[in-house]
Amino acid sequence: MTEEHSEGLAFHPMDQFMVKPLFGDGPIHWYTPTNVTLWMAIGVLAIVLMLVVGTRGRAIVPSRAQSIAELTYGFIHKMVEDVAGKDALKFFPYIFTLFLFIVVSNFLGLLPKAFTPTSHIAVTAVLAMLVFVTVTVVGFVKNGTHFLGLFWVSSAPLALRPVLAVIEVISYFVRPVSHSIRLAGNMMAGHAVIKVFAAFAPLVLMSAVGVVVTPLSILAITAMYGLEIIVALVQAYVFTILTCVYLKDALHPSH
Amino acid sequence: MANEHDAAAMAGDVAHGAAEAAGHAASNAGMPQLDLTSFPNQIFWLLVTLVVIYWVLSRIALPRISAVLADRSGTISGDLAAAEDYKLKAREAEAAYEKALADARAQAQKIVAEARAEIQKDLDAATAKADAEISARATESEARIAEIRAGAVEAVEAVAKDTAGELVAALGGKADATAIAAAVGARVKG
Repeated sequence: MTEEHSEGLAFHPMDQFMVKPLFGDGPIHWYTPTNVTLWMAIGVLAIVLMLVVGTRGRAIVPSRAQSIAELTYGFIHKMVEDVAGKDALKFFPYIFTLFLFIVVSNFLGLLPKAFTPTSHIAVTAVLAMLVFVTVTVVGFVKNGTHFLGLFWVSSAPLALRPVLAVIEVISYFVRPVSHSIRLAGNMMAGHAVIKVFAAFAPLVLMSAVGVVVTPLSILAITAMYGLEIIVALVQAYVFTILTCVYLKDALHPSH
Repeated sequence: MANEHDAAAMAGDVAHGAAEAAGHAASNAGMPQLDLTSFPNQIFWLLVTLVVIYWVLSRIALPRISAVLADRSGTISGDLAAAEDYKLKAREAEAAYEKALADARAQAQKIVAEARAEIQKDLDAATAKADAEISARATESEARIAEIRAGAVEAVEAVAKDTAGELVAALGGKADATAIAAAVGARVKG
């Protein structure tokens, strides 16, 4: 009896990640406006509202919106300066762009029915590769072959150094993988779990068990949502601070 | 029975998904994240978005915010310097005020001392004058008292002589004026 009812529950936790065309049902070409386009555009709009419209007063004593913009600016500016050093500040707009895109995408993705670009490995892999390529190029341009000293741990015993070099090289190339999968995985997992709990919520309409299950699932959704708010910020923070750490390696490769 | 139904539903789902995905089969298999056909689209729009954000930040937002922050720290340090300046001025003014107060107090003390000395001098002079007058009066009075006393002694003698003479006469004696005078004189002196 119950089984028959629970068949009515729709489990599509991954549907929220589907890339769909905005208009019509056609195939997705690289230029097709999709829900990706829509939510990235909303993200850009949010950033413009926060950092451009919010600061239009240029007030010495800031308004609330301007305070938010200034605090965000100060937060990342200080992070770049503290972690990567003063000479990394010329990369600050670049790092700030990454942080804002990730944090805004993460938070917008928490809206019901929203699409989360940062839950896609395609997006986070591009972000991570941008960082990886930038760091590698900057490392070689700034330090030349000294940049390879990053892999040659001069503080270790000589016999161990070749072994460590192999490990260092591997870990260097694994960086973009972990960098991107960490973000996408976190975003995807949380959203999927919320969706799974949400699928249990309408059970009260179908079965007597729902009297217990529905409140529990709603409670679980609320708890997960709270956790996801933290994760949204923490993952953006982690991505950004790792970018700063990698950049520090490129600028000052000596251990 | 239930299983068959389930399978039918699954099949329907897949068919529906296939119709929706229309041309990219991978999406049906599981994670839409691994649907390679959507990658070019996502990457293209991501790059567009990043370029737009970067442009907005580097052209408008960041210069504006850093200008505001620099402005603010400039204003704050300027205000602090001005406050320090005012504090210094206030301290100077206080010192000047204290000095003026001390001067005034010293001046007042000097004036008071002078006035007191003057008054003392006047007082001394007046006292000396009054003393002199008093002693002159006292001398005069003493002289007069002595005169009166002398006069009184004479008068007593004369009255005693007269009375004695009268008494002797009344007792039937014959008064010898010279003897009476000598007796009275001795008595009065004695």
